[in-house]
Order: sequence, then structure tokens, then C-alpha cells
Amino acid sequence: MPSGRVSIFVTCIVDQVFPNVGLAMADVLERLGYDIEFRQDQTCCGQPAFNSGYREEAATVARHFLRVFEGAEYIVVPSGSCGSMISHHFEELFEPGSDSHKESLKLKPRVYEFSRFLLEIAKTDDVGARFDGVVTYHDSCHALREMHIKNGPRRLLGKVRGLTLKEMDAAEECCGFGGTFSIKFPEVSGGMARTKIDSIQKTGASTVVSIDSSCLMQLQGAISRAGLPIRTMHLAEVLASR
Amino acid sequence: MNPSDIPPDAAIHETLGDPRLQTAIYTATQRLIDHRKKAVAADALPAYQDLRALAHRIKRHTIEHLDYYLELVESQVAARGGKVVFCEDANEVADFVLNLAKEKGERLIVKSKSMTTEEVHLNDRLESHQLEAVETDLGEYLLQLAHQRPYHIVAPALHMTRYDVADVLTKNLGVEREVEPEKQTKIARATLREKFLEAGIGITGANFVVAGSGAVVVVENEGNARLSSSAPRIHIAIAGIEKLIPSAKDLAVFLKLLGRSATGQPLTVYTSFLSGPRRENEPDGPKEFYLVLLDGGRTKLLADPGKRESLFCIRCGACLNHCPVYRKIGGHNYPWVYSGPIGAIITPQFHGIGKDPWLPFASSLCGACAEVCPVKIDIPKVLLKLRFEVTASGAKGPGERKAFSLWAAIMARPKLFSLFGAIAAHFAPRPKNGAWIRKLSWPMNLAPLAAWLSQRDLPPPAAQSFRSQWKSRKAAR
Ligand code: SF4
Repeated sequence: MPSGRVSIFVTCIVDQVFPNVGLAMADVLERLGYDIEFRQDQTCCGQPAFNSGYREEAATVARHFLRVFEGAEYIVVPSGSCGSMISHHFEELFEPGSDSHKESLKLKPRVYEFSRFLLEIAKTDDVGARFDGVVTYHDSCHALREMHIKNGPRRLLGKVRGLTLKEMDAAEECCGFGGTFSIKFPEVSGGMARTKIDSIQKTGASTVVSIDSSCLMQLQGAISRAGLPIRTMHLAEVLASR
Repeated sequence: MNPSDIPPDAAIHETLGDPRLQTAIYTATQRLIDHRKKAVAADALPAYQDLRALAHRIKRHTIEHLDYYLELVESQVAARGGKVVFCEDANEVADFVLNLAKEKGERLIVKSKSMTTEEVHLNDRLESHQLEAVETDLGEYLLQLAHQRPYHIVAPALHMTRYDVADVLTKNLGVEREVEPEKQTKIARATLREKFLEAGIGITGANFVVAGSGAVVVVENEGNARLSSSAPRIHIAIAGIEKLIPSAKDLAVFLKLLGRSATGQPLTVYTSFLSGPRRENEPDGPKEFYLVLLDGGRTKLLADPGKRESLFCIRCGACLNHCPVYRKIGGHNYPWVYSGPIGAIITPQFHGIGKDPWLPFASSLCGACAEVCPVKIDIPKVLLKLRFEVTASGAKGPGERKAFSLWAAIMARPKLFSLFGAIAAHFAPRPKNGAWIRKLSWPMNLAPLAAWLSQRDLPPPAAQSFRSQWKSRKAAR
């Protein structure tokens, strides 16, 4: 049985809007024998400012993050997008050679997206979950294309008892969220969500699973508006089910 | 909001609301996506990823040594009896063609598909001087008749269904309405054949210009470029200076990638190597050959090493096909002839970021473009750089920056962050049974929330944040 101490970064959206995702992630990790640490001063990774073109503002938040997580051995994040921000883009925010730049490089190898942590560090693809139902998996863009996470979450879902995974055609198509894109170009963003939902519906699945809560907020928002009988769940919530 | 910062919302709204057009765009791009996928799959092209990396390196090398290759191509073309004409901008290209036509007494010009000539609005200029320029690529011909610009860099009439084509042909040629694509092609061919025979000048684009041999390489499926370059007495090839590649050996790499990425074809139907005028012992080919190399702002793009790769593009169109934004808004809502992701990164660099500052923001940064780009242009990275430049230029107005400064200040102060969270959670409406918010009324209907709610429902903030639940959970143990 693996054991050790992991620090979790739950992300701002999970903290404020979807706390159950954070609790589910902690449950799964604790069941595996990990000692969970939640550093109370954590807030956000800075991505909203970064993607909107505000580098300095993003750097302010990134520096705060570096201070909060100083010395943590593993940082587990229930998001491919925030994880990628931290491990790929933090370093771009700082002058090479500066203290923050050095810190961000040191931090990089210790940041793990949740599913990757399970597979690579806890070395398990079966966490003993049970979930009855047909689900389809949405590849979130940054997890897929920046972190190359494609099969891992599917492997984990494949081991969940009672669960049937049905692939949709448009699994790799963007849900249309894109951070501030969703409110700068609402109609285009909404159209993208509806295209994705068409593909989800064709599978007959009653649940859409992803490793990013922001995609799920976009999809659930559009599903709810359309009044469809589909729900969204974070992978952690599925894996915590028994 | 600054006026120039407003995207063409009404036009985008119209495109999104046209189900016929939406289906046309989605199915046409899906077909191209599927074909490409098969063509670059591991069993069809095992070296695909290596070829991409190599193509990127060759382009980088050429672009970073462009001076050398430009001189080389000039001497090579001259050695084969042709002439290289360097043009600073669009006007110089049009002037050159106009003067040549006048000097040689030619009135009719046939043209094959060329984005570079679209870029310089060549047809308009020629027509205003009573020259007739006829597009001979079927799609381009239809667009010329319909007075539209290309919808897509590879499939210019991608948005037209065969019924649209029937309308265009009937209206402009006075022929009977015909909805069968083969018969439509026949109608167009009959008109175009006469033009080929009559024309004194043929203009083509160039997919590649081989500096080492002075050869212009044109790939196509209809054979019209081959005819345009060989039937008329004079052949003018017009290309941007970034089309250069060092040698024929490099060409092998790009030819393997271009057709596959564009349409899923291992090779297009025709690949023509056009090098100079007809030699004495040759039975056909043009008597005169000119290679027009256009700068048109390209050297400006060279200046920034972080965005230079924008010039590596081989115009395969794959990024457009895979772009979820292009697939929604189509080609005509982009401000310039180059649409989709590549248009979104080069337009602001050619025209200045002040002109359409909204453009680099019209992306969810999903990265599908970079994933399929055969020359590995990191389009999202360039978009992000452009976004920084736009905000730094002040084009977004002071409001947004203030909002983000305030936001960053809160995010760097955990106590404030928790406090704001608690306030939002306290005042937010909480629909029954865990339902999401459908509507917000004053004073909560702030612009960003209203924009969200125009399309989707909104989750209320959690009654208890993770951090507060975590505290209780720890305390309970
Ligand atoms: S940017 Fe890349 S994918 Fe897009 S058209 Fe150019 S070469 Fe093709």
C-alpha cells in the first residue's frame, strides 16, 4: 500500500463552486493510505489572467502559489488545465534566472493531475470504486494536448465496477469553455457546447465524466439550459463512489 | 469597450443562426478531418511525427536565412531564362502585372488558385484597368462570379452547397439550373476552356519555391494550374517570400505532409514543377516566365523570434478544419482573406494589433490547431503572445486591466479571497433542489454573468466552500 504525504491544490472553482470534487479526491487518496495536507492559503493558479493577456497579474497570483506550496513533495490537482498552467506556463511568467523562475522549475515535476498521480505515483488503476451506469468521457483540451492525458482516465474508469464506458465521436472536441472566451464570445462558446452535447447524447450515456470542473460547468450549464437528463461528474467523484 | 475591440457580432450571430450554412461548414470540415486522420495514421505514414519535426526545422532554417535563399533563387531563375521580381507590397504586384500586360498588349489573364493574389486584391486592380482576369479553379471561379472572397484557404467555396452553386451559375452564365456537381463542372469547364485558349498571360500561385533550382512547385487537383502556367505565352507565378525552401530534397518532406494534411491525399492529382520559360528543344510551355516574390509585411513578422514561426505555414488548411471556432463562425467573419487559426495569428501581425484587437481572443485555446499543423506552428502560444501585446497596447481600455489587477490582489490574499467567496455564497440566489441559476436580476446581473447566462445556466457558489468543509472534517477526526 502506498503511503506518504500529499498536498492538494483544489483550484479556485472547486473550492468555491464544486467542493464535493475536492472532498472526493481527498477520499480516494486517503483510502489509498495517503496523508492529505490542504494548505489553507491556496487560492488560484492565475490562469484567467494569463489567458486574457494579463501577464503581470498572472505572475502576482503565480508567486503567491509558489510561496504557498514551497517545500511540498507532491501537489495533486483535480484539473488538467490548472495543472498545465502550473507546470507549463508558470516558468514563462518569470525572467529566466530570477528566484521565481527557479522556484517554478523546482515545482514543475512535483505537480500531478489527479488521474496521473493515481497511475504513476500510487501505481494503481483500481481504487475499488463502484458506479452503476453508462458514462462517456470528455477529453479536456489542456489535459489532452498539453499534458498528453488520454488513456489514463479511461483506464481508471474501466476498472470501476458497474460502469460502462461509451466513447463519443467528438471526445476530443473542445467544450467551448476557454475561460474568459466563454463570456467574450458567449454565442460561439455556447454553440460549441451544444455541438459537444449532441455527440454526448448520441452515446446514450447518462453521465459525462471529465478531469476538469471548468469544462463540466460549461457542459452542465448548457445541459441544464436544454433540460436534458444528463449529468456531469468529475472523475474523482466517480472514483470515490462505492 | 474600445470600438475597434468589438468583433463582428451581428455577422457571427447570423452565421450561427443559419442551420443550412452550419451544416455545410460542419460536414465539409468533418470530411477533411476524417480523410486527414486516415492519411497520417501510423499504418499509413509511420514517420509522420518525424516528418513534422523535420518540416519545422527546414522552415526555421530557411526563414532564418531568407536573405541568402532569396539571392539564390534570383540567380537560379535567371539562369533558366526567367526573371524574379521582388515586390514590397500589394500595389507593386498589381503595378507589375498591369505594366507587363500593357507592354505586351495582353488583355485576358487566366489565374489559378492563389491566396497571395487574394491578399493583394489583384483581380480588382486588374479589372479597374479593363483587363479581364478569370479564375480557373472551380471554387475560385464560383466565388469570382458571386463576388465573394475565399471561405477557406484550401476549399475556397467550402460553404456553398450544390444548390448555391446552381444559383450562381444560372444567375451569371444564363445557363439552365443544374444541381448535379458533375454537370456543373462541365458547364464551368466549357466557359473556362475558351479562356485558356485566348489568354496571353497565366498567373499561378506557388506552394513552394525551390531556391536551389529556381523551380516553382504547384500542387492541385483540377489541372487548371498546369494549364494556366503552360497555355498562355507568359507565365507569372506569385508567391510570398516565405514560400522558399532550400532544395528539391526538402520538397519530399513537404509533399508528404501537404496533401495528407489538407485533404488526406498522399499526393494531389497534379504536382507541377515549373522552372522558367520553354527552352529551345521543348515543344510547349510559356515563352516568358516571371516569379513575383511578395514581402507584403512578411519581414515585419521575421523580427520577433517568438512569433516568427507564423511564417512557416504551408497553407494546408488543417488548422481551420479542426478549429471549433472556425467550424462555428466560418471563413467570412474573419477580417482578412486568411481565416481560422492561422488567420487569427497572421492578420494582427500583418495589419497591426490595433486593427482587430478582438481577433487573438476569439479562441478557446483548445490547441487542436497546433496538434494537426504539419509544420508544428504553436498557434496557441502565438495567440497568447498577441493577447499580451493587445492588453499592453491599451487597446482593451483601462476597465479590464483594473478588474484583473483587483482580481490578482484578491487571489494573492487568501483571507480576502475567502471573504469574497463567503459574500457571494451568501447573496447568490439558490434555486430549489440543487438546480442551477437561470436568471440574475439587478444588481447581480453583471456583464460577465449576463454573458454566461445568455447561453447557459450558472451553478450557485457552494453554501460551504471546500476550505470550510475541510476544516470541519479535520476537526471532527
Ligand atoms: S498553420 Fe499549419 S495547419 Fe494551419 S494552414 Fe498553416 S500549415 Fe496548415
